[in-house]
Formats: sequence, C-alpha cells, structure tokens
Amino acid sequence: MSDQNKAGTEVRVGLLVTCLVDLFRPGIGFAAVKLLEDAGCVVSVPSQTCCGQPAFNSGDRANARAIALQVMDAFANVDYVVAPSGSCGGMLARHYPELFEDDPALSARSRAFAAKTHELVSFLVDVLGVQSVQAAFPHAVAYHDSCSGLRELNVRDQPRTLLASVAGLQLREMKDSDVCCGFGGAFAVKYSDISGAIVSSKTACVEASGAHTLLAGDLGCLMNMAGKLARDGSKIEVRHVAEVLAGMTDAPPIAAAAPEKA
Amino acid sequence: MTAYPTSPQFRENARAALADGQLQKALGNVRTNFIAKRAAVADRLPEFEALRDQARDLRDHVLAHLDVYLEAYERKVIESGGHVHWARTAEEASRIIVDLAKSRGARSVAKGKSMVSEEIGLNAALERAGIKAVETDLGEYIIQLRGEAPSHIIAPAVHLNQEDVEAEFRRVHTWLPKDRDLSEPESLLAEARAELRAKFLAADIGVTGANFLVAETGTSIIVTNEGNGDLSQILPRVHVVVASIEKIVPTLEDAAGLLRVLARSATGQEMSVYTTLSTGPRRADDLDGPQEYHVVLVDNGRSNMLGSEFEEMLRCIRCGACMNHCPVYHAVGGHAYGWVYPGPMGAVLTPSLIGVDKAGHLPNASTFCGRCESVCPVRIPLPKLMRHWREREFERHLSPAVSRAGLGLWAFFARRPALYRFVTGLTIRALAWAARGKGRFKSLPLASGWTAQRDLPAPQGQTFQAQWKAQQAKQRKRS
Ligand code: SF4
Repeated sequence: MSDQNKAGTEVRVGLLVTCLVDLFRPGIGFAAVKLLEDAGCVVSVPSQTCCGQPAFNSGDRANARAIALQVMDAFANVDYVVAPSGSCGGMLARHYPELFEDDPALSARSRAFAAKTHELVSFLVDVLGVQSVQAAFPHAVAYHDSCSGLRELNVRDQPRTLLASVAGLQLREMKDSDVCCGFGGAFAVKYSDISGAIVSSKTACVEASGAHTLLAGDLGCLMNMAGKLARDGSKIEVRHVAEVLAGMTDAPPIAAAAPEKA
Repeated sequence: MTAYPTSPQFRENARAALADGQLQKALGNVRTNFIAKRAAVADRLPEFEALRDQARDLRDHVLAHLDVYLEAYERKVIESGGHVHWARTAEEASRIIVDLAKSRGARSVAKGKSMVSEEIGLNAALERAGIKAVETDLGEYIIQLRGEAPSHIIAPAVHLNQEDVEAEFRRVHTWLPKDRDLSEPESLLAEARAELRAKFLAADIGVTGANFLVAETGTSIIVTNEGNGDLSQILPRVHVVVASIEKIVPTLEDAAGLLRVLARSATGQEMSVYTTLSTGPRRADDLDGPQEYHVVLVDNGRSNMLGSEFEEMLRCIRCGACMNHCPVYHAVGGHAYGWVYPGPMGAVLTPSLIGVDKAGHLPNASTFCGRCESVCPVRIPLPKLMRHWREREFERHLSPAVSRAGLGLWAFFARRPALYRFVTGLTIRALAWAARGKGRFKSLPLASGWTAQRDLPAPQGQTFQAQWKAQQAKQRKRS
C-alpha cells in the first residue's frame, strides 16, 4: 500500500504509545505501527512520557495540565494522534478540553487537539476505512470492552469488524463483556480487595466463554485480567487486540514466560 | 440503627462486605435483575434517549430558577390550605416534625419510604421524643425490624435474601403460628401487610417523602409499588411531606415527563404501580384525606451546591440506576458507603452533605468505568463530579501522604521526558531481568497493593521508545 490517502496527501500519524505499552509491552506499539503503516500512514513517535491521566484522576490538575501541554506540543505537527488505548485516547480526546475549559487560548487548542486524537482500532476502521486485516490466529477469542474506549470513544464494533477478518479466529462473546474489569488505575492498588473481587467476576466470565485467548484494547485492563488469570492458574492466554490484528503473536502472551530455549 | 456515618471506615466496611457470604448472594440479584429489566424497557421505547435529554434540560432549568419555583410552590400549598416549613439543616427539619407531632399529641407516626427522612435522622429524633415511627414500605419495615439502615435508595433491603426476611419475621412476629408457610415472597408481603394495617389505623401522623413537588399546583407526588404511600397519607389526621428543595418541577406535565424515565431507569417498569398526588388537606367535599397538610422543605447543604461544580448532582431523581450498574456497589453493597446515599450518586452527594473529610473515600473508590453516567436518566456526569471531589481533596491535602508523594515523584519524571526515558529504561530492564523465565511477579516490593490480588505481568525488556530509537537510527544508516 502507498503512503498516500485518497486525496493524495500523506497521512501523518503520531503514535502515543502510552506509558504502559512503552514500559511493559512494546510489542503492542510495534503492532500499532504495522497496522497504521499497512493502512498507508506515515508513523512518527514524538518524545513522550505519559498522557497525564494518573495526575488528572488523582485530582492534581496542575500536573495534569503541565503534562497535557507537553503532549500537545510534542504532537503539534502530526495530522492525527493515535493511541493503542481507549483510556489514554479518552484522556486526550475527552478530558484535555476539560482541563483547559477556563483558559480561552488553550481551550480552543485543546479542542482541536482532541478532535485529531483517536484510539487505534477505531481510527483504522472509522477514519481510514479499513475493513479487514491480513492476519491469522487459529483460536477462539473473547473480547473485553474496556470502559473508556467503550463509553468515551464508542469503541465496540470496530475491533469486532477487524477480528472477523482474521483467518481462523473465532469470536466467543462472553457475558458482561462491557462490565469493568476492576482495574481503574490507582484504584487497583488503593482498593485492592474491591478490585480483586471485580476482576474475579470478570475472569469467571472469561473462563465460561471457553475462549483460548482473551483480547482487549487497553494494556492496563489486560495486565489486571492476565495477572488474575495467572494467579488462579488459568491456561487462558491474554493479548492486546493489536497484536492479533497485526499478526504479531510470536511473543509470549501477557504474564506468560518465554518458552525455554532449546 | 447503625451509628452514621461510617464512611471514614469505608475500607473496613468493604472488607467485611466482601467476606459476607449472605450479602454477596443477595447482591447477585442487583447484578442481574435490575440491569436486564432496565435494558429491556429502554429498548422498547425508541424515544428513551431523547426523554433523557429532556429530563436533564428540565432539571437544569429548575435548578437555574429554584428560588422562583420554590416560592411559587409555597404559595400554592398555602392556597390549598397547607403549611410550608423551611429547614436549613437536618436538625431543624427533624425538630419541626417532632414539634408538630408533640403539639398534636401524636404517639405513633406511619412513614412512607423517604431517603430524606433517613438523611435528617427522623426516626431517631421521634424516638427520643417518645414517638414511635413505623415504616410502612415493606423493605423499610424489614430493615427497621433488624435495626439497619437502607442499603439502596429504592430497594432498602436489597442486601437481604428471602430467607433472611423469613427468619426476621419468625423472630419478631412471635404471636403468629409457628408452622405458617413463608416460603414465597407473596406470603412475606401478606404477613407484613396484615401487621402494618393495624399500625396505619393507629397512626396519628403520616410522613411521606416526595419524588416531585409541583410548583404550578402545590402538589407532592410519590411513586410506590406497594401503595403504602397512599395509606400513610390518607389514614392519619396529619400528613407531613418531607422533601429536599431540589425536588421541585414547574408543572404536572413536567412531572409526567420525569416519571417516564424514573421507573424505567429504576426498576425497569414503564410506570410504578402507584403514583400518588396529594395537594393540601381534605376539602369539605373530599371523601378522605388528612385534616392537616404540612410540607417540610429541607436544604441541608443543597443551596451551597448551587452554582458550584457539584450543581449537576442536584438533577438527581433518585432512581438508583447508577448503583444498579456500579461494579463497586455490586462488590460491596450499600452499607459499606457508610451513610444514607450509596453508590455513585452517594459518592458525589455524601461529601457535599457530610463533608469530604468524612466521606473522602467514596469518590476515590471508583474505577471511573462510566457505566453510571451511561444509564443516569438525567445524564449526571458522575465520574467527573467524583473527580472534582478528588481535586478538592488534593487541594486541601486530604489525600494520603504516601500516594501524594508517589504521585509527586511520578509527575516529576513525567514532566522531564529525557530523564524519564533514562530512568524507566534502566528500571524496566532490571525488572525484566528479575522476572526472566517467569513472565510475571507473584510479589514485588512496593507493588503489594497489586500483587495482593493478582500477579504482576513482567515487562518484555527494553522500552518501546528505546527500541524505536535504535530502529530509526539503523534505518537512517541504511538509507
Ligand atoms: S445519579 Fe442518576 S442514576 Fe443515580 S440515582 Fe440519581 S438520577 Fe438515578
């Protein structure tokens, strides 16, 4: 595919890799790059740390604003900001404008910035018009709808559309796929036992679905669910949906060990 | 009765709730029944979403002109022969009602379900004055027998199972035959009805809450599924309506619009079984009705919310949908929240009414999953309002020192990208090395909050940014 869209201009995408993917599972970042490049985008990775959500959700608006400004500066020169996460995507697209709503100059800028920000899979489908991918994954999968993506950015059908095109993949819808997994950022640590109870309900649904692999679009939720499944000795594998869509599933699943080298 | 508030002990309350098998069993009903019923009834009404928009706009309009509508309402109540009492605080509100009861020589009061009467501690105040308060709503009756507070704003005894109720009735109603059959919900209801009938007849005063107060007519409206509200206000000599000031709607038609979203959101019914309107005392040609009609309008902190970032919370019509859909409420139930209002609406309202210093846990104990906002009939942005409480706590240094320090340290690095990449690059490689061959940590220093419940997946190795940089450099060399 070419690096041109229908109008013949280059689509420049800045990848907001997200702090969790950057630190814990860079493979998701590379899967995102592949999916975007396959769809004809020119991908860059501006210097970044985090979207500021931990500060924002802890009530620390000053730091949240400072980090938001840093992100808006770093991604000033791209057409789109794309994140392999509904949570970080939602932070930029829904909450940056809230952070600056009482600042006339920055308010307009943050709204324009929000308008060019997208979650990865919905960007592929809704903006670029991608309807299928070239990938194979011969397993039954369950898909968890992470909350921010679902309720802030309407990510629901897009991942299912693309998963349907993956050769050999069978989607097993699980009960309560749209119910929170109990992650909630700092919540998982601050109210650990409540979070533990919520994720138990979730992994029970995952188990009941009979899926071989659990997918979702947010690494925070995935680490929570994978960590719980691993703790309970489950055999179910856990991956980010982008890994499967990009056909990059050689790395061990989340929370699993690399196979012994011969 | 539980000593309110226990909100400062939210953590301990939650832990106890998680370990309570009977409670967990009862909460299973909330998780399934309410949600499925609401979804079905909302699907059947194509204009449901539009009705929610109208409901939101109407409530906003009322809040913007609350003083005007309250005065109009007061005039109408007086015109129809009733009395209006204004109460600034919970204590004032209780005192007004207790004084009314005392001056009428009342010995017992029949009560319809009313959350604001819980808020003002009415039962305890009556009891101190030697007046018996009898709850006539089945759920309220049950928890009154058990000496408990409601655990849900529309289903006060939702924390109980049928067998818990049966056991309670057998314990208390000792005058009834021991071998009676109480295995069906209907038989429990029938027994409660029979017991309550005598109390209705003996009551000197009936106290009800109000779902809406109608400014154009001076009418108060309550909805129930048992009809107990009707009896509480028709049989006794004196009817007292106790309601918070934001319950006002301009017209009967506006009330009808809100009723269309209220029952659907609450119980998944199109309408509640009984919708009772009452306007003033009995007139000369009325067949029944009270001789005296009083309205106690309770502020108790609400006027402070007007014009603040929490004003939107006053749109609430107390349907309970937010808690019905809340994963935290599903896990711990309503009592853990430690005061009258549980769940997401309580997490916003409680700090406003009793102080964020006491209720600080509530807006923090949320994953911000947003499901509450997605079902709220008046579209209250509950997560956003909870976040505003977190901001107030942060500003006032009420958040725990350890998490502030952690957050501060994190923000220090997050605002310095080069330093951040250097430090995280090292840390992540060290972590990956420590977890080699395992892929995860069962425990890790400083991560015990996480690993108490689940393993921590290990990092893959180098950070994405480090790998990306190396890749780009290689490509540049090649080209
Ligand atoms: S906040 Fe909304 S959903 Fe919750 S009780 Fe009030 S009106 Fe119902």
